[in-house]
Amino acid sequence: MDRVKNWFSSDSSRGLTLIGLPFGFSLLLLAAPMLLIFFLGFWTQDYLVLDRSFSLDNYIEAWTEPMYRDLMLRSLGISAAVTLATVMLAYPMAYFISFHGGNRKALWLFLVTIPFWTSYLLRVFLWKVILGYNGVLNSALDWLGVIEEPLTFILYNANAVIITLTHAWAPFAILPIYVALEKIDRSYLEAATDLGDGPLKSFLRITLPLSMTGVVGAALIIFIPTIGDYVTPKLVGGKDGLMIANMIQVQFMKANNAPLGASLAVSAMGIVSIISLVFLALNRRWLRKRGS
Amino acid sequence: MEKKFLRDLSLDFPRGELTSLLGPSGCGKTTLLRLIAGFEQPTKGNITIDGFQMDGVEANERPTNMVFQSYAIFPHLNVEENVGYGLKRLNLGKDETARRVDEMLNLVDLDNYNKRPAHALSGGQRQRVALARSLIMKPKVLLLDEPLSSLDKNLREQMQVELRHLQRSVGITFIFVTHDQEEALTMSDRTAVMFEGQIVQIATPQEIYSRPKSKRVASFIGVMNFIEGQLLKDGDQNTTVDAGILGNVKVNPDQMPIPLNSGPVTIGIRPEMLTLLIEDQDRTEFEIGGVILEGAYFGDMTNYTVQVKGLKSPLTISMRNTAGRRVLEDGESARVGWGADSLVILNKS
Repeated sequence: MDRVKNWFSSDSSRGLTLIGLPFGFSLLLLAAPMLLIFFLGFWTQDYLVLDRSFSLDNYIEAWTEPMYRDLMLRSLGISAAVTLATVMLAYPMAYFISFHGGNRKALWLFLVTIPFWTSYLLRVFLWKVILGYNGVLNSALDWLGVIEEPLTFILYNANAVIITLTHAWAPFAILPIYVALEKIDRSYLEAATDLGDGPLKSFLRITLPLSMTGVVGAALIIFIPTIGDYVTPKLVGGKDGLMIANMIQVQFMKANNAPLGASLAVSAMGIVSIISLVFLALNRRWLRKRGS
Repeated sequence: MEKKFLRDLSLDFPRGELTSLLGPSGCGKTTLLRLIAGFEQPTKGNITIDGFQMDGVEANERPTNMVFQSYAIFPHLNVEENVGYGLKRLNLGKDETARRVDEMLNLVDLDNYNKRPAHALSGGQRQRVALARSLIMKPKVLLLDEPLSSLDKNLREQMQVELRHLQRSVGITFIFVTHDQEEALTMSDRTAVMFEGQIVQIATPQEIYSRPKSKRVASFIGVMNFIEGQLLKDGDQNTTVDAGILGNVKVNPDQMPIPLNSGPVTIGIRPEMLTLLIEDQDRTEFEIGGVILEGAYFGDMTNYTVQVKGLKSPLTISMRNTAGRRVLEDGESARVGWGADSLVILNKS
C-alpha cells in the first residue's frame, strides 16, 4: 500500500502524468494510423472487397513498376534540390540576422514569418501568377527587352515545383540555422581572428562547423516533408513535375487501391528514413574530419 | 552604443615584463586590452608594438595574442587542434606542428592531453590550453583578460604562481587585466591602476601599495587609515606634518607621492604599520592612547578597530598573532604606536 502511495508522489509518476495525455494523443493520432497504413500495405484490394490475407504483391509492384520508380526518383531529386536551394538561401539570411541584426533581430525574425500570414494554397497560386506564360516575370522580362518569347521552362514542370517549395520552406530553414548561429560564442571568432584567421578562414573553421547542427536540422526539416508534398506539384508541376505523393493520392482515391497506396507510402517513408540516417552519419563524419 | 571612454592615456609596457592593468569593472581596462589586440579601433591616438605602428593593422595580423576571460576554447576541436589552431596558417607540416604542440603542452603541464576533447577539460585545464594556444604563436605581447577570475580560490593562487613562472621562462611581454588587487600585487612587475578610463598610477606593486598617489588608489588597494592634517614646509629639506592629536612629525620628500605645498593634507597609514603596544616595556617612535572598539580574529591576524580621542574616525590596526602576544578584549584601553616613516602624505579631498 505504502509503495503505491510513494509511487504516486514520486517524480517519475509526476512525469508520467504530465506526458500521459500528449502521449496518448500521439499514440492515437500518429502511431495508430501508421500501423494501419503499415498493415494495409500487406492486404489486397479486390475491386470492392479488401482481402485481409498477407501478401507482398503490392510491395513487389511498388518496387518493380518503372512508373513508380521514376516518380520516386523524381521526388527524391526535387526534394534534394529544394533542400539544397533552401539551405543555401536561408544560411546567408540567418547569418545576416544573427551577426548583423543588431538590436533588430526580433523584427527581422518577425519579417521572415510574414509569408505565413497567407495560406499555403494562396502562395502556390501566387507563384503561378509570377511564373506563368503571361505572368509577372515574363511580362517584366519582355518589357525590359531581355526575352523575345515568354519563358516556358519555369511553369508546369519540376523547376516550378522547386521554386515554389523553396520559397514556402525558407522560414523553416532560417530559424534552426539562426538558432545555431546565435549559440556560437562570439569570443570563439575573436580567438580565431587573434590566432591569425581572416574573415573567410574563421567562417570556414569556426562558424560553419559550429552551425552545422542547424544546417542538418534545417535540411531534414525540409527534405522529409517535401518528399510527401502533393499540393504544389499538382498545382504548378504540370505532368513532368508530379511526385510520388500524387501517385499515392491517386491510388487511395481515384484508383481505389488503398493497399497499393499504403505500400507506396511505406516504401517512400523507408527510403526517406534511410537517406536521412545516411545523411546524419556522413555529416557526423565530416564534422569529425573538419576538426583536424 | 556602449560608451567606452579612455582619456589622455599614454603608457609604455616594458619588453619582457608583466604589467597588470588594475581597476574596478567598467574602468576601461578590457577596452585598452582590446585596443591593443586590434578588436577595437581608437578614435584618436595610436598604438606601437616593438616600434611598429599598429594603425590599420588588422587583429589577425598583429603580433599579439589573447587569453580570453572565457578562454574561448573551440568546442569542436580537441586539445591538440586547439593549441595548433594558429600554426595551420604557417604550413609547417604535420611533424613540425605536432612537435611544437607537444612542446607547448609540456610547458603548460598538459602532456598526453592531445586527444582530449574540449568539453572534457576542467576550468584549470582550459586555462592552460588557452595559454598554450596563444604562446605557441610566439607573440610579442600576450594579453590576458582576467584569466584567473573564473577559477576557485586555491586553483587561482596556484595558477598565479605558475603564470608568473611561465612568463619569466618565456620572457614574453604580458599585459594582464585584473580587478583583483592581491592578484595584481603578487604577479606584476608593474601595476597600472585605472579609474574611469584613465591611468592614475603606474609603478611597482610595492610602490603602489606603500606610496599610493591618491586616497582613491590607497583605498582601492588594501585598507588605509586617513587622518586630516596640515603640511608645514620650510624649504625643500625641512618638511613637517601637523597630524593634530598625533603631534608634529618630520617627513621625507619620498613620503609624498605627489609634491604638495603647505596647507591641509590627508595623512595615510596602513593598518599593519600601526601597532598596539601591549606590554609596558613596548616602545615605538610615537604613541597615543585609545580604546579597542572591536577585534576581528582571522587566525593568523587580528584586525582591531581602535578609537583614539581627538580623531574623527576610529583607526584600523592589524596585528599578527605571534607567539605570546595576547588578543585584546573589546573595551580595553590600549596604546597605539607608529613610526614617522610609515606615513604617506596625500592631497586633501
